[in-house]
Amino acid sequence: MIGVIDYGMGNLFSVSKALERLNIEYKIGDRPDQLHGCDGYILPGVGAFPDAMKALAEHQFIGFIHQKVEEGVPLYGICLGMQLLFESSEEGGWTDGLGIFPGTIRRFSGIDENGRAYKVPHMGWNQMNIRRPEKELLTDVENEYVYFVHSYAAVTEDEDILYATADYHSDVPAIVGRDHVVASQFHPEKSGRAGMQLLENFCRMMCRQ
Amino acid sequence: MLSKRIIPCLDVKEGRVVKGIQFVDIRDAGDPVELAKVYDEQGADELVFLDISASHEGKKTMIDVVRSVASELAIPFTVGGGIRTLEDIKETLRNGADKVSLNSSAVQRPELITEGADYFGSQCIVVAIDARYDEPSDNWVVYTHGGRTPTEWSLTDWAQEAVRRGAGEILLTSMNKDGEKTGFDLPMLEAVQSVVSVPVIASGGAGSSEHFYDVFTKVDADAALAASIFHYKETSVGNVKRYLKDKGVPIR
Repeated sequence: MIGVIDYGMGNLFSVSKALERLNIEYKIGDRPDQLHGCDGYILPGVGAFPDAMKALAEHQFIGFIHQKVEEGVPLYGICLGMQLLFESSEEGGWTDGLGIFPGTIRRFSGIDENGRAYKVPHMGWNQMNIRRPEKELLTDVENEYVYFVHSYAAVTEDEDILYATADYHSDVPAIVGRDHVVASQFHPEKSGRAGMQLLENFCRMMCRQ
Repeated sequence: MLSKRIIPCLDVKEGRVVKGIQFVDIRDAGDPVELAKVYDEQGADELVFLDISASHEGKKTMIDVVRSVASELAIPFTVGGGIRTLEDIKETLRNGADKVSLNSSAVQRPELITEGADYFGSQCIVVAIDARYDEPSDNWVVYTHGGRTPTEWSLTDWAQEAVRRGAGEILLTSMNKDGEKTGFDLPMLEAVQSVVSVPVIASGGAGSSEHFYDVFTKVDADAALAASIFHYKETSVGNVKRYLKDKGVPIR
C-alpha cells in the first residue's frame, strides 16, 4: 500500500490514476494519522517551494516524513516533491526544505555559459543521462525522454545521489536517490513508458522491504 | 537538449470529437479518449483539447473528458476553450489536465493570466493567440472569439504582455495560414520568438513533414501543433517524427 501525501499542492489525480493502471494499491491522506503504516510514500507537488513547506507544516507532515525516512520506509518525491527533499530553495526568498538530500534549489539563470539567453521554464521532453544504472529504481529504464516542467533545479555537490541527469544548459538532476529515498524532477505519470516503469520499480523496491 | 514537440489538437464539442476524424481501427471515432490513445501510440508528445461546446452541459462534459484522458494517458495535455475564471482553471487542472489554454478570456481580462500563474505556476498557463497580418499597418493583429473579433492589440505587444503577466507558453495560430496547408507562418513566429522568452507552439498551416522541419529549423519553434493532417491521415505523428529524426532534429 502506497500512501500519497496530500498537503493540497499536487496533481493527485494523475498520479493516482497512474498507480491504478499499474494495479498498485494506494491511499491518499491529508493528515499523518490517515497514512501511518503504508509500505511506501509518494510526495507529489506542484507550485511554489515556500507555499509547499508551509502547507506540509500545516498538515503536520514534516515530522512524519522525517520519521518514515528514519524508519527506512521508501519515499518517492515528484517534481516540487523532489525539491522539498533538499536543504533549501531560493524560490521566493531562501526557505528551508526537508534537508534529506544535500544541496539547494536554484532558479535556472536563463543565460548559458556563452552569455546567450535560453528559455525558462525547462519545459518539454528531454533525454535522461543515466549515471547509476545499477540502481533498482532504474531497472529497464534507459536514456529515454521524460517530460520536464520546472523553473528551479537542484544543485548538489554530492554526485552519488545523481541517478540520472538531463542536459539543459547544465546537468539538471533528473532522478536523485539515496537508499530508500528517491525522487524525480519530472512527473513519472506524464513521462510515457519510462515514467510508468519508474513507478513500477519504486513499488517493487517497496514490496521487497 | 529538449526535443521538439509534435502536438495533435482535438476539437471537442459536447464531449465528442468533431471534424470527422478518420481512423478505421478504433471503435468510436468520436471518443476523445480513444483518439488520444491512438495519438499517444503514434508518439504524440502532448495533446491539446479545444472545447468548442456552446452549452453549459457541454462544459461539464468536458471535465469528464479531462478526467478520462488523465486516467488513461501518461503524456501531458492542455485544455482550452471556454476557460474564463480562476475557478474554471482550478477545475480543469484538478481533474488532471496539465495546462490550460486561455484565449479570448485572457484578452478580455488579462488579470486571469496572473491569477492562474500565481495559483498554479506559469508552467500551467498557456496563452493562445490568434493573429492575422494587417497589410495597411504592416503588422499582425490579435483576434478573439475564434478569429471573429479583431482587437486593439498588435501581436508582439500582446505576446509580451501575456508573458509579463505570467504565461508559461504561447500557442500562436496564424489565421492567414490556418487550413491552407502551405506551411507554418514563419515570419509571424519569428516576430514572437524574438520578443518572448517562453516556449512558442506554432499552429496553422501544417501540410507536410517538411513544414514541421522548416518551423523547427528556420524559426526554432519549440513545438508545432496540427489538427487536420493528422486527423485525416494525410500523414501520421509517427511519420513526421521519423522524417524529422532522420534530418537530425531532436525528437523523442
